[in-house]
Amino acid sequence: MKLKVIAFITIMLCVIIVSCQSEAEQEYKRYYGSGTLVYKAKCQNCHGEKGEGLSNLIPPLTDTAYLKKNKAQLACFVKYGIKETITTINGKAYEGAMPANVDMPAIDIAEVLTYIGNSFGNKMGTITVDEVNVDLEKCK
Amino acid sequence: MKKFAGLVLITLAFTACKFNDADKPRLPIMGNRDAVTKTINGKQVTDTVYQTIPDFKFVNQYGDSITQKSLKGDIYVADFFFTTCPSICPIMHRNMLTVYNEFKNVPDFKIISHTIDPKHDSVAVMKKYADKLGISGNSWWLLQGNKEQTYDLGQKDYLVAVKQDDGTPGGYVHQGWFVLVDKQKRIRGYYDGTDEKQVAKMIGDIKILRAEVNTEIAQ
Repeated sequence: MKLKVIAFITIMLCVIIVSCQSEAEQEYKRYYGSGTLVYKAKCQNCHGEKGEGLSNLIPPLTDTAYLKKNKAQLACFVKYGIKETITTINGKAYEGAMPANVDMPAIDIAEVLTYIGNSFGNKMGTITVDEVNVDLEKCK
Repeated sequence: MKKFAGLVLITLAFTACKFNDADKPRLPIMGNRDAVTKTINGKQVTDTVYQTIPDFKFVNQYGDSITQKSLKGDIYVADFFFTTCPSICPIMHRNMLTVYNEFKNVPDFKIISHTIDPKHDSVAVMKKYADKLGISGNSWWLLQGNKEQTYDLGQKDYLVAVKQDDGTPGGYVHQGWFVLVDKQKRIRGYYDGTDEKQVAKMIGDIKILRAEVNTEIAQ
């Protein structure tokens, strides 16, 4: 009897874990898939299909350390752009501005960040719309 | 049997060569054209006069004056851009960079990019842009000059749309055309500079055009 209970609980736990995982997985896939489209429409012209940037004019999106360090600001960059400044990416200085996307909804920002954050060698997991909303509150 | 197969192969190879030779591809001559009837030696002769790109005067990223004379004997590709362009210019110049790298050591080929925002894009700004893009030497010129002249050249001669419009991102309307011009200054091709496939076709067409010109000279 005791064994049966243990077995039952174990199975239930397994089911819960698997279903939770797959829900998170599904959310990730949804974000990533839609993010691909946002990226194509809004980012790819400049940053390139493989996030490679353009010579010394436009920085690539492959600097995993930079993205991690500035994770809380990424949503602000997408929405409000970057004013004329010098940014060091992959050890190289890039000078210039990035255009804003003031009309972009938070969900699109979350999706495109999830796409960028998990492409071009980056592995940041899902960046949810809730995180984006919190980050947007704090934009300078 | 093996011998027969070999024979077939050789015959096929030969006909393939011959076929290619007889059917050498030629690029069309584009733009407006006029029929002009002249009297030569008492005979009426009608000739087609093709539109050509007229003379111009601009300054390149090194501050040198550039006119049609500077392009004498060259095939060239022209486009219109501005350095602060947020929309299609980066992708155009990413693709143009492929063209530049393919032909940068070819003496009779050039790329000229006209800025449609000469007020901002001074010679110094253009030089900086060229450096950042990673281009040097004299095979790709970034040209700056009189705004009216640039817009006229774009609209009336290259037949591409160029205009100022504060309603569009960046403030200028322009299309991403690459215009291929031959040594006689005639337009030989239009390619969408934002489309990698069309730019690849242009690279092929430039090779055809160089071969065409060289055989014409040989004859």
